[in-house]
Amino acid sequence: MVSRDDSFAIKGIREGLLVTLSAEGEWEALTARVLARIDEKQAFFKGARVALDVGERPVLPHEMDSFRLLLNKREITLWAVISSSHTTQTSARHAGLETALVTSQGGLESPEVSSEMQGAPGLFVNQTMRNGRTVRYEGHVTVFGDVNAGAQIIAGGSVIVWGKLRGIVHAGALGDETAFVCALDLAPTQLRIAGYITVSPEDKRRKPRPEIALVRNGRIIAESWNP
Amino acid sequence: MGAKVVTVTSGKGGVGKTTVTANLSAALVSLEKRVACIDADIGLRNLDLILGVENRIKYHLVDVVEGRCKLQDAIVKHKQFPNLSIIPAAQDRDKSAISPTQMVAIVNDLSPHYDYIIIDSPAGIERGFRNAVAPAQEVLIVTNPEVSAVRDADRVIGLLEAANPRPPARLIINRVKAEMIKRGDMLTPDDVFDMLSIPLIGIIPEDEAVLVAGNRGMPDLGSRAGHAFKTIARRLMGEEIPLKDAPTPGLFRRLTRLFGGRT
Repeated sequence: MVSRDDSFAIKGIREGLLVTLSAEGEWEALTARVLARIDEKQAFFKGARVALDVGERPVLPHEMDSFRLLLNKREITLWAVISSSHTTQTSARHAGLETALVTSQGGLESPEVSSEMQGAPGLFVNQTMRNGRTVRYEGHVTVFGDVNAGAQIIAGGSVIVWGKLRGIVHAGALGDETAFVCALDLAPTQLRIAGYITVSPEDKRRKPRPEIALVRNGRIIAESWNP
Repeated sequence: MGAKVVTVTSGKGGVGKTTVTANLSAALVSLEKRVACIDADIGLRNLDLILGVENRIKYHLVDVVEGRCKLQDAIVKHKQFPNLSIIPAAQDRDKSAISPTQMVAIVNDLSPHYDYIIIDSPAGIERGFRNAVAPAQEVLIVTNPEVSAVRDADRVIGLLEAANPRPPARLIINRVKAEMIKRGDMLTPDDVFDMLSIPLIGIIPEDEAVLVAGNRGMPDLGSRAGHAFKTIARRLMGEEIPLKDAPTPGLFRRLTRLFGGRT
């Protein structure tokens, strides 16, 4: 959503909402207008996470604090303040706020990630995958949980498991040999990357450790992964 | 106040669902609870045998569903435990004879008269399983310390996790042989817990007394296994009884080790 007043703009970004304030004009008046806009659409803003981009405007600690407090009253969390002003950055850090959205190199004009960072789309599975569950996805797959024996992941891209990997996994299923598989405990029933296939070695009482599997010199190898 | 509805299931057959249902029900009755147990294993009924009431069955679950009798008429009271009621399955029908909705209706009718309703699920993950878990407020997953049983338990837990509403599930590890574990020939409760990561409500030791009692149709709560069933009954009633050598989450242990080992 884009607002009507050009002294500020509010739009949705991946991290929540981005409020861009003009570097011109008086801070008090400007923030009051932003709050008035928020109050018009309380239901939309309630519970939101907001990043604030003030351009080159210097914002003093007490100014930032009072605005943050007014946002908090409306159940809105201010988590980042972006500015090229040293004063503002110091105020933000002092308040424990982030000073960048993604990288520390600005690039704030377009909050979208650059094309080289974009890569393939990803799927996030926020749950242990139990026996009988299959996930098929053209991009990368991340699992926050275990992948139990009998569960299966078939991904066009790479597979990251923040947990135990015991099931069957096929990364680079569309032919990408640069795809990899990593897990906090990598012990899949069967692991495939593109056209290569391997099984876990059978040392039962080994110590679990994070490992990454990838294709090297025409075969799949696993090496230790230090996340 | 209605009864607490607990379904005993496992995925795999032969792990001891019916034995657990019978003994757990008897244990709850011995703790002065009124219990109805329902045999949902239509076509392969066993619960009546284990509880020794086979010769007193007049009507069964499907008779109730199909209106041939009142629910009251199908209830068989246990001789040794008057507060234990059994609703037997039909033997000459199959799982499709009733629906999950009908099962819920029967449980609702029973509910005001009991403290606990324990449902003995058939093996498998099809209609019979769905009938048995439809009314459940809590599910007890029975498994044995062997890979195939654990694998099937995992499948069932996954199905329950996808259900809406999702009933809480706890694990019973049945037929644990201490000597085999000592020799390293059997999965330990730790291993099982590591694979399934759901809360454990109890461990039942392998005990011939259970087999003997089952054949006699008279639960033996004085046996070693009987004590374990009583402990599970008390935990089900909300008592906090620590597990001996309670397993701790494997992944958590490993993660803390990974991040500097604050254990």
